[in-house]
Amino acid sequence: MYYEQWNGFNLGKWSDDEVDVRDFIQRNYTPYEGDGSFLAGPTEATRKLWQKILELSEEERKAGGVLKADTSVVSTLTSHGAGYIDKDLEKIVGLQTDEPFKRSLQPFGGIKMAEQALNMYGYELDPKVKEIFTKYRKTHNDGVYDAYTPEMRRARTAHILTGLPDTYGRGRIVGDYRRVALYGVDYLIEQKKKDKELICGDMIPDRVRDREELTEQIKALGELKKLAEIYGRDISKPAGTAQEAVQALYFGYLGAVKDQNGAAMSIGRNSTFLDIYIQRDIERGILDESGAQELIDQFVMKLRIVKFMRIKEYNELFSGDPTWVTESIGGMGVDGRTLVTRSSFRILHTLENLGPAPEPNLTVLWSKHLPAAFKKFCAEISIKTSAIQYESDDLMRPEMGDDYCIACCVSCMRVGKDMQFFGARANLAKCLLYAINGGKDELTKDKKTGKPLQVSPMYSPVLGDGPLDYDDIIVKYEQMMDWLAGLYVNTLNLIHYMHDKYSYEALEMALHDTNVRRFFATGIAGLSCAVDSLSAIKYAKVYPVRNEEGLVVDFRTEGEYPQYGNNDDRVDSIAVWLVKTFMNKIKSHYTYRQSVPTMSILTITSNVVYGKKTGNTPDGRRAGQPLAPGANPMHGRDKSGALASLESVAKLPYEYSRDGISNTFSVTPASLGKDD
Amino acid sequence: MEGHIHSFESFGTVDGPGIRFVVFMQGCPMRCKYCHNPDTWPFAGGKTYTAAEVAKNALRYKNYFTGGGGITVSGGEPMAQADFVQELFTLVRAAGVTTALDTSGIMFNPSDVHRFDGLLDVTDLVLLDIKHIDDASHRQLTGHSNANVLAFAKYLSDMGKDMWIRHVLVPGITDDDDCLTRLAEFISGLNSVKKVEVLPYHTMGEVKYKNLGIDYPLRGVQPPSAERVANAKRILGVIR
Repeated sequence: MYYEQWNGFNLGKWSDDEVDVRDFIQRNYTPYEGDGSFLAGPTEATRKLWQKILELSEEERKAGGVLKADTSVVSTLTSHGAGYIDKDLEKIVGLQTDEPFKRSLQPFGGIKMAEQALNMYGYELDPKVKEIFTKYRKTHNDGVYDAYTPEMRRARTAHILTGLPDTYGRGRIVGDYRRVALYGVDYLIEQKKKDKELICGDMIPDRVRDREELTEQIKALGELKKLAEIYGRDISKPAGTAQEAVQALYFGYLGAVKDQNGAAMSIGRNSTFLDIYIQRDIERGILDESGAQELIDQFVMKLRIVKFMRIKEYNELFSGDPTWVTESIGGMGVDGRTLVTRSSFRILHTLENLGPAPEPNLTVLWSKHLPAAFKKFCAEISIKTSAIQYESDDLMRPEMGDDYCIACCVSCMRVGKDMQFFGARANLAKCLLYAINGGKDELTKDKKTGKPLQVSPMYSPVLGDGPLDYDDIIVKYEQMMDWLAGLYVNTLNLIHYMHDKYSYEALEMALHDTNVRRFFATGIAGLSCAVDSLSAIKYAKVYPVRNEEGLVVDFRTEGEYPQYGNNDDRVDSIAVWLVKTFMNKIKSHYTYRQSVPTMSILTITSNVVYGKKTGNTPDGRRAGQPLAPGANPMHGRDKSGALASLESVAKLPYEYSRDGISNTFSVTPASLGKDD
Repeated sequence: MEGHIHSFESFGTVDGPGIRFVVFMQGCPMRCKYCHNPDTWPFAGGKTYTAAEVAKNALRYKNYFTGGGGITVSGGEPMAQADFVQELFTLVRAAGVTTALDTSGIMFNPSDVHRFDGLLDVTDLVLLDIKHIDDASHRQLTGHSNANVLAFAKYLSDMGKDMWIRHVLVPGITDDDDCLTRLAEFISGLNSVKKVEVLPYHTMGEVKYKNLGIDYPLRGVQPPSAERVANAKRILGVIR
């Protein structure tokens, strides 16, 4: 198969009856080592459009957070007519509904959550929709609750497992939206049909499911073409120009967010791919720099106004209304060439042309080998806007290659080749308290008896009032982690089975290889709190303080103990041990669909809410106080300067926390040195 | 050899070039009114470490020193524990790390000028804090004459030792134009000054006085205005 739209490209494996975007990039991109002096400002059209969006944002804020919400049309790829900000000015078109800032109705994750969210903002769900999704069409949420065990529900109530994607879309799946531009939808449908033919033989349940899912994928691709038609565009064939490429790629993403209200709806690694089209158009003389920047600016503008209808607690949990439209930028190729192109500059330049914004979450894949001029440019934009996220390409590339992207904030996957089952997190600080109290929750009461809720089976608690014995605590903690890991993995197995069944991401998965690698992405919260608590027990004397029921509810500590965050191996080694130990326990269990178990340490804002649900801890932290975010040391305990703090975090073994480790680090400009 | 140490900072960015590991020594003979580390004054206290232990600790950050960084010993007064600092500097220099000595120069004795030669041999850069060019004002501010300080500056100049001159700018105390001009004249007579730094007074140390139960001598004094800082920089030749 050859398309005239591919004229001027170097052909190869990618064009030889395959789907291989990386091969296309490698054969066609132009690395750029220069600086940002070539960049252009926003065009008049961009400026006007952005002004309208700012006005709408202001109206939305005044309206209490939601400007408009659909209450009756269930969102699908083709549910709404065309919507525009200003049709004549838009180079890149397409909105989630038929109006900007109108939030769509997405009940497949759970009708209750969708209704609650509407009610909170003063809207009423259309009774017909409610009837359909309670009487005739089951949701993901219903499926999960039909199958949950009492123990799973207890763990959820007590918040030792928390943030589980059981009432909302799991997200974190990143379609390879570039495929839409490079191949056109017809080609992708043909490839999927061929894949489906290969799934034959004995119709065991897995094969039945695979055939059904592939059919769903093929249908979704057909719908995607129709979505483009609604806007008067044809994406059945490959994109022939840069504008068509940006548009087709965006349609792919738009289809995903019309289909799924996922916790994180990241977009992949697109700027260098698009650069190939921009470069070709510039060489052909049909595009200039201003026009190129306009495409990127307007593309980013669309990503900035992606919105979902969510309950207020959700926004509190994440301290905002995040969509995690993460776009991964730059990095190095495995052949040593940089993957930085002029369009890596262009997409970062949107932060200047449109002003800073948290979305899309522009993430630079940082390597010490990046071109110096690009590093300097990134630093300048960071100083001006504080809006760039950085992640270590040098750490991720050896295993993931050079065409991976970040989902959400730190989770890396090869674009179109890996997906993940998002797993929220288990609270290891609370787990330590369970080890001390034999699995009774320190805060949550049993509704029937009024006594502390027995969450795990009745394990042996710490007895007596003497100082806690480190070796005894470790034995108990390991036992409790054995229980927790097993329960956690099984809970996720159940959740993802139901999500696949009732809220399958057909379009996103259509933009993956059929033989996709699946990650089983668990996570932990409260690492530093648990580690400092163990250190206190080991190096100081920690006496339990019991309430009248005999439950340990507080601790009295005599003496000093080393704290995580000071580059002190005595305690940092406990952190390393804990990460390895819990991951090994996770690994020992069956994980759904042969998925590869991974773990993350990345609660960036939800640590505050998790802390509210965790009692007094042996490190001296009071009940309700926040846990530290991600892998951070506890607040104020890293007393040996920034590098010591970072070095402590850097000891955590990435191989055991492959889904990512985050460290939130704030500095004032003055603490980075003097400017003269 | 053991030293008495107040604390460490693994990410020092304001005491010498680049990213620096900073060792704050315990104990200082001066009692500067604006001192923001009064907890480093007493010679008793702090924690005891061997030079080898401190060197080992500092060298863990060697990867961060590539942009001209290294180790800085500050205080307290590092020259009050000169033998310890000398051993520490010798050890880290053997590992290829450069050294900076952040001092008031008050320990220097013009009648025994070679006392610190061993230490200076292994010191790449001296950060010399000249508190006040006027002797009477210096006495009032620090409790000591500035004669030793100025003699030390000349001694360093004569031996060609790289130095940065630093001056803390306190409104109404160290910022009058006449004294700044005299200080500038003094500095212009020195050979090996690589940089002059004006450090605007800040009130972040005040809380430490409160915690230590010491009366804060500069209560009510505000940090200098941006104009006064610029003025001082102009006079001292930081901005030319």
